Amino acid sequence: MMVAFQKGADGVYVVGCLEGECHFLTGNLRAKKKVEYAKKLLDEIGVGGERLAMYNIAASDGPRFAEVAREMHEKIKAQGPNPIKGATLNKKAA
Amino acid sequence: MNTKTPSRLEKILAAGHLAVTSECGPPRGSNGDAITKKAEMIKDYVDAINITDNQTSVTRLCSLASVIHLKLMGLEPVLQMVTRDRNRIALQSDILGAASFGINNILCLSGDHQSFGDNPQGQNVFDIDSIQLIQTVRLMRDEGKFLGGDDIDQPPKMFVGAAANPFADPFEIRVPRLAKKIAAGVEFIQTQCIYNLEKFELWMKQVRDRGLHEKVYILAGVTPFKSAGMAKYMKNRVPGMDVPDEVVKRMSDVPKEKQPEEGINICVESIQRLKEVEGVRGFHVMAIEWEEKVPEIVERSGLYPRPKIE
Amino acid sequence: MIVAERKPIDEIIGFVKNCKKILLVGCNECVTVCYAGGKKEVGVLASALKMAFMKEGKELEVEEVTLERQCDHEYLEEIRNIIDQYEAVISLACGVGVQFLAEKYLTTPVFPGLNTSFMGVTEESGVWSERCQGCGQCILGQTAGICPISRCAKRLLNGPCGGSTDGKCEINKELDCAWQLIIDRLKELGRLEDYEKLIPIKDWSTERAGGPRKIVREDLKS
Repeated sequence: MMVAFQKGADGVYVVGCLEGECHFLTGNLRAKKKVEYAKKLLDEIGVGGERLAMYNIAASDGPRFAEVAREMHEKIKAQGPNPIKGATLNKKAA
Repeated sequence: MNTKTPSRLEKILAAGHLAVTSECGPPRGSNGDAITKKAEMIKDYVDAINITDNQTSVTRLCSLASVIHLKLMGLEPVLQMVTRDRNRIALQSDILGAASFGINNILCLSGDHQSFGDNPQGQNVFDIDSIQLIQTVRLMRDEGKFLGGDDIDQPPKMFVGAAANPFADPFEIRVPRLAKKIAAGVEFIQTQCIYNLEKFELWMKQVRDRGLHEKVYILAGVTPFKSAGMAKYMKNRVPGMDVPDEVVKRMSDVPKEKQPEEGINICVESIQRLKEVEGVRGFHVMAIEWEEKVPEIVERSGLYPRPKIE
Repeated sequence: MIVAERKPIDEIIGFVKNCKKILLVGCNECVTVCYAGGKKEVGVLASALKMAFMKEGKELEVEEVTLERQCDHEYLEEIRNIIDQYEAVISLACGVGVQFLAEKYLTTPVFPGLNTSFMGVTEESGVWSERCQGCGQCILGQTAGICPISRCAKRLLNGPCGGSTDGKCEINKELDCAWQLIIDRLKELGRLEDYEKLIPIKDWSTERAGGPRKIVREDLKS
């Protein structure tokens, strides 16, 4: 997750199975906590934790997957680009 | 009469009188008159006056200087000493300092944790604990030795006290804990404020069953409520305090302006009931920032006038 | 183990804000077990630092390495050949490792990435708590195997104090009263009468009070 942002991603979302229905039992719950931790860290360094999200979608639920993708897209668009890119660009422009 | 120190408190207890002590908290400033004024209000109604040692870990004028103020007034002070703030060098040194002014009573305590006070970021010391402080004073007095083993030139003559809380947890070791303090050499006990009289009586029964009441003078602690709010606060917020619901209700059931009077009534009734408990050898009246009420409580409890003893 | 936690990122950034190339050194021992300074945490911190710099329009080159231990010469030697390439080192070891690294490499600034907290146990996944303060003269044999020095807020050797309520400490309702635990365990052991044995005044000279401590074993010395 961190590397994705470091490489310039504007947003990242992690998709896990529905809670209670994970093939790896509690893997999705652990992932959720890790996402929370990373969000805090992103806030600390000023990239913004809201660029990262976790969704739980059933493997068979294509429409919901598409809906989430659109939702996330809108969310990130509202936030603008990853600030690390902007800063590097500015520097180059200057 | 078998006494080991020049302490007037010890003489009164040894003579079989019900002793009365009270306490004053020093000011948060350098005004010594604040202590002498409080002492002036109560001096004719008590046998000795405790001075608290930075109680609840809030920085105040020191107990050692305060007891000297009292001594200079011709009164009988009890130096409270906590092990939280000073190591064994400072504790022994302060004991000698107090003794040099003729202070003959000490109350050995561990002290509230500093997180309750005005310097929660401070270090605590706890080089020794309250039981070990009792042992230290007894060693200094009876053997004339410092903890380091050297002889003391003119050992301090201190009558040694400690606190006991019959209400803290776990209840089953409350009496063994008293036994431990007695084994360490304590000679008088001032208890935590008593509101749950049944529980106190149960504790005293266990104390008597082991014959401990004959090895130590137990002074029952009482504190009058100023208001129903104070009763609730003591019940819910003060660690190790046992205030039964019916006592809180009794305070709450009277109109606000009558509450101080009701608080005094409860206190006086408690003393009268506790007087009947075998093994209670006196009372420690802690009227917190309400010292002016001590005379009334003592008088109404039938404890006035105080015995004259030299 | 020694339990530690990461310093706030801002504090770490403050150490290296004028650097262009740094070395992040993790440790495979205690701090890996408590998820503070192992290989994974080194990677996450490296990433976070790089991004924080990029956001300011700066670049930071971060090399990552995690040693077997930072409290032994032999493992610290592994970075001897590369350390001169870096303007600073951030060590994600406990305070012991940070110092030993700094002692060894005098000309490179070494900064701590962690706050070293205590010697303790993993109570459950993600929860660590203190058990020992290294006083140098263990009294667990007298206290039913529960240490009042590390677990009582007043380190009372003859507790509990009057503030023990419902088995909890007066300073924090979440904290077990060490003396309640001792008494409970004495009961389990059928030795409650031992409670009344006075524990004598402690010799603190083997603790921090006696100055920095050292153990020499002649049979092992080279």
